[in-house]
Amino acid sequence: MNYEDTISEVLLKDERFVILTAENRALIRNIPNHPELKKRFIDVGISEQTMIGVAAGLALRGRVPIVHALAAFLTMRAFEFIRTDIGIAQLPVKLTGFIPGLLSDGNGPTHQAIEDISMMRGIPGMQVFAPADENDMVAMLPVIWQSPFPSYVRANTLKSVVPQHSNFQIGRAEVFSEGADVTFLVYGMLFSQAWEAKEKLITQGVSVGLVNVRSIKPLDDELILSVIYRSELIVIVEDHFQIGGLHSIVAELLLRERMTANVSSMSLGEAWFKPGRLEEVLHKAGLSGQQIADRTMQLLQTNITKTIYVED
Amino acid sequence: MSQKLNSESIQSLSELSLRVREHIVKMATRGGCFIGASLSCTDLLVFLYQRFLNVDKDNLGDPNRDYLFLSKGHDVPALYGLFAEIGFIDRARLDHHLSVDDHIYWHPNVNIPGIEFHSGSLGHLPSVALGVALDCKMKGLDNKIVIISGDGELNEGSVWEAALVASAFNMSNLIWVVDRNYFQANVRTEELIPLEPLDQKFIAFGWNVVEADGHDFQDLENVFEEIKYSDKPSVVIARTRRGKGLPSIEERSDRWFCNFSGEEVTTLLQELHDQKPHELKSETLIVR
Repeated sequence: MNYEDTISEVLLKDERFVILTAENRALIRNIPNHPELKKRFIDVGISEQTMIGVAAGLALRGRVPIVHALAAFLTMRAFEFIRTDIGIAQLPVKLTGFIPGLLSDGNGPTHQAIEDISMMRGIPGMQVFAPADENDMVAMLPVIWQSPFPSYVRANTLKSVVPQHSNFQIGRAEVFSEGADVTFLVYGMLFSQAWEAKEKLITQGVSVGLVNVRSIKPLDDELILSVIYRSELIVIVEDHFQIGGLHSIVAELLLRERMTANVSSMSLGEAWFKPGRLEEVLHKAGLSGQQIADRTMQLLQTNITKTIYVED
Repeated sequence: MSQKLNSESIQSLSELSLRVREHIVKMATRGGCFIGASLSCTDLLVFLYQRFLNVDKDNLGDPNRDYLFLSKGHDVPALYGLFAEIGFIDRARLDHHLSVDDHIYWHPNVNIPGIEFHSGSLGHLPSVALGVALDCKMKGLDNKIVIISGDGELNEGSVWEAALVASAFNMSNLIWVVDRNYFQANVRTEELIPLEPLDQKFIAFGWNVVEADGHDFQDLENVFEEIKYSDKPSVVIARTRRGKGLPSIEERSDRWFCNFSGEEVTTLLQELHDQKPHELKSETLIVR
């Protein structure tokens, strides 16, 4: 099963579903020609605001629109339409943002959706998800699309580095290991890098926890708090600006609980990342598996847990 | 009065275009680039920088220079190639395409001398150009502000807002060139969101509209001479072919973005010269 198969299956099973795009066909290249599904494929051209308005209108008529577009233009260009037409009305419109975060590799800042989580989670009632890889996403989407709420998913079609993911529930994180020394809280495409970092640190005798925070809003509060209790250091790894992402979300949770903790952030800080080929981009941002491991080791050895950015 | 270009001028422009196209083909590997749109606007950009715009490597900082805003953005390999040929950037820099240690990537940015503003998100630069044009007009300058848009870009609502406002403000110093290659990313424009009659749309919005063959330097010379004296903002609808110069990808909807193998690049460089199509093995990519 891939992303397109998942959409096709949901559409074939349930007449209410339609798929919209702003001429972003990379992941859905067969649906426009499918004899059954082409009637429910709506390509509005390069007009994201109109796409969202149309989705709201379709939802008013009882449809469940899956809206597939580039994450940057979907969440930012159409932001006020999402907030006003979907948010205020609380319509079950299902947004999926393609090439979010570092996945926009060589495109440059115009295409970098690295504030998308911050923006989407700010809309009341909007649920936000970030699968670790394609297998994770394919398991998550049918559950998300059956819920009555509006949602935003950071699309991620990278191959999986783990044998399998556990069943998905909205509001639940996925724990791969528990660690007394350090625990990584990670989501989306950086999951595989955090996984690699964990493997490297374990060989150095570090007790490492790894949590796939695939449900960002609602967050798995209870699990995140329990992990924080049981780990000396928490490292939040995200391809997002530090402001408004998982680091901010965990900070809000801790404040609500009147707690403090050793939390360190490995994110994109407050800068757009250098565009290029994905592997080099990861390295330049200091977020390759090896770099995450090295930076974590440094934190553990110096016991300095304040935020460190990699200098350009 | 428009000049009749002599055969030497036309030959020298054509040779420059060919060298720019060679640079573009070389960028369409090891990660690739948006080659189709880059090739469709190559002749337009060569014409504008060689025959029309008062912009050269020595006056890039002069506030009275002309401006060119590349609004469709993804055709920037054509600008990189041209800027290397006319001395704005070192030719060796083109080898850094997609290196994280330089700024030569899929969309324009101001770290490249000659690029006035970043783009990549469609429909932004018509209004940015309008702001620049307003200031130039307020200061009584007689320079020209040129925007290049793709035809797919005209889907965006912000394009038409800018068209209305520019007309309301009577921005006669603004020239909007539409690279009319009849394709959006993956589909022909007329099969998805039809634009025709495009000239009538701009006329209805209050613009002076002219059309040209975007690959014919004499035609471009005539048209740009004519609009110099317009008392309204002008649109040049430049009819082009996506992938122009490479018959094996010309007007193919699946060859918008290409990531060729090293061997294919060698073959295609030859194809630019002999115009004989080749069979391409590299995967056709839909990247949007």
